[in-house]
Amino acid sequence: MSSPDTLTHSKTAQGPLVEARGLSHARDGRTVMAIGDWQLQPGAHALLLGPSGSGKTTFINIVTGLLTPSHGTISVAGEVMSALPPAARDALRRRTIGLVFQTLRLIPALSVTDNLALAQQLALGHVDRAAIAGMIDRVGLAHRAAAQPRQLSQGEGQRAAIARALITRPRLVVADEPTSALDDTNAARMIDLMFDVADATGATLLVATHDGRIAHRFANRFNLMAPVAA
Amino acid sequence: MIGLSLAYLRDRGLNTALNILLLALSVASLVILLLFSSQLENRFDKDAQGIDMVVGAKGSPLQLILSSVYHVDIPTGNVPLDTVDLLRRQLGVAEAIPLALGDSFRSFRIVGTEPAYPALLGASLADGRMFAAKMEAVIGADVAARTGATLGQRFVGGHGMSSGDEGPKHEETPFIVVGRLKPTGTVIDRLILTRVESVWGVHGIEDPGEDHHEGESAEDHEAHAGAAEVTAVLVRFGSPIAAVRLPGFINRQTNLQAAVPAVEVSRLLALVGVGLDAVRAFAVLLMLTAGLSIFVALLTALKEREGDMAMLRVIGASRAAIIGQVASEGLILASAGAALGLLLGHGVIGMAAASIEQLRALGLNALTFHPGEALIVAAALGIGLIAALIPALRVLKTDIAETLANAR
Repeated sequence: MSSPDTLTHSKTAQGPLVEARGLSHARDGRTVMAIGDWQLQPGAHALLLGPSGSGKTTFINIVTGLLTPSHGTISVAGEVMSALPPAARDALRRRTIGLVFQTLRLIPALSVTDNLALAQQLALGHVDRAAIAGMIDRVGLAHRAAAQPRQLSQGEGQRAAIARALITRPRLVVADEPTSALDDTNAARMIDLMFDVADATGATLLVATHDGRIAHRFANRFNLMAPVAA
Repeated sequence: MIGLSLAYLRDRGLNTALNILLLALSVASLVILLLFSSQLENRFDKDAQGIDMVVGAKGSPLQLILSSVYHVDIPTGNVPLDTVDLLRRQLGVAEAIPLALGDSFRSFRIVGTEPAYPALLGASLADGRMFAAKMEAVIGADVAARTGATLGQRFVGGHGMSSGDEGPKHEETPFIVVGRLKPTGTVIDRLILTRVESVWGVHGIEDPGEDHHEGESAEDHEAHAGAAEVTAVLVRFGSPIAAVRLPGFINRQTNLQAAVPAVEVSRLLALVGVGLDAVRAFAVLLMLTAGLSIFVALLTALKEREGDMAMLRVIGASRAAIIGQVASEGLILASAGAALGLLLGHGVIGMAAASIEQLRALGLNALTFHPGEALIVAAALGIGLIAALIPALRVLKTDIAETLANAR
């Protein structure tokens, strides 16, 4: 039986986990995101900074294979996302990436435990109740395991969303504005928790935010290029 | 994914319950109609088995059939006793069985007849023996069960066809139970059978076959015996030619009336059928309304859950899994509605048969299943599935990235 402490990935894998080459995206003739060449090494904690409208969400959608870039390529775990057929892209995302959103997107009809169980079932094809209990305990929600999302506070909900993203043992955890709705104390706790759990599982962390309060926590920070008119 | 569907349905419990109820009501309506019409038809067929023609007094042929074959209406009148001999002499008549009606015991009809009548309906004795002497009676299975009558027990008939214990009694002429019949699932279960002469005796009519009483003049005996009549004669043909020739001959050449059960029953079912068709159309409309309601409920729910669905796709649900999840919601609703509808339909039939004497008399049975019910269930499931698939396909067409971006 695995516990979250043992859910680690090898940090000796060759090459970057995520690699962009000449990457940019245009919508209605206007470039909405441009990053050019960029790499993210396995086990790194990277922060993507930028104001609203700078293309952070577009970049995350491209990294996770939800959007095909108009120029350049993005590779995750050595596979070029845009070259894969939709089903293979879904499978790569399912196997490799855990996502955390600002609005949580927990399934409201399911308890915290069942939200994690569903994610595990969909990604791994089985449910490991002990691992789920361990992960819920690690994010400090053991007393709220049976609660439904609407019964959780914002901070508790964020922790549940992180637990769901990590329960499938993804190599890459992508978080989009995970702290925007939190006060200073809870924002700091959230980043601590993400670092803690990502380190424990060996996951690589990519956080996109315009929240300057957490910037100093990341050694690896980068900005998207300013949008340019076509 | 089934667990997720159940969780979503539980999450909007009132909506789920109302949709299940709506579908259950339509399924129940169709089941009730199906069971009622099929059991009625089946009962009509069984009760009339072997009876090719009924001869009685002039009047409504349907009334003659209902009173003499199904024992649910009053007779059109009486016919002379020699009608029986007249019919037995006709070419192509295999059997002519007289019936003498007029009295009842606790709403069970007393029928003066011959042992050939129970034999014609396939009835056999459970215990005792067949009636032989005057005032001996054999009772049907329902009569035995409802009255608790045992062999050797005496009872007094009351005047009238369906009177309970309130009508005038024939206290001086009690019957004695000499036999009980096994259940047949036909009208005979509800009848008390005796000799025709017993019915005459109860009403002070002398048996023309008997010698005249002491002190009675030959003229008086003939006058009393002359009143000996029967209510109807059940006829079984021995050849198909008789079926063509006899009804017309009797209706044209005599003061009697001949009616064919098959013709009258199909006429009756056609009349009843118009009403049943109207109710059936209403029930189908109700089922379509239930389907529409499920469709609207799922469409609204999925509109609210677009973000959830997109998230499910992101965390690994395939397109097929998303369709399956939404479809299973529709199917769970439809299955619950169909199951509740079946239960409700059979329950209503059972309650109606238990509380309404006329329906019980028609042999309505809640525990009988009709193959058509499988079609009703399949239709309900199909409607649930279609109602779910349309919103599911809409969900698949949505742009995940855009949906998530809007929801962020």
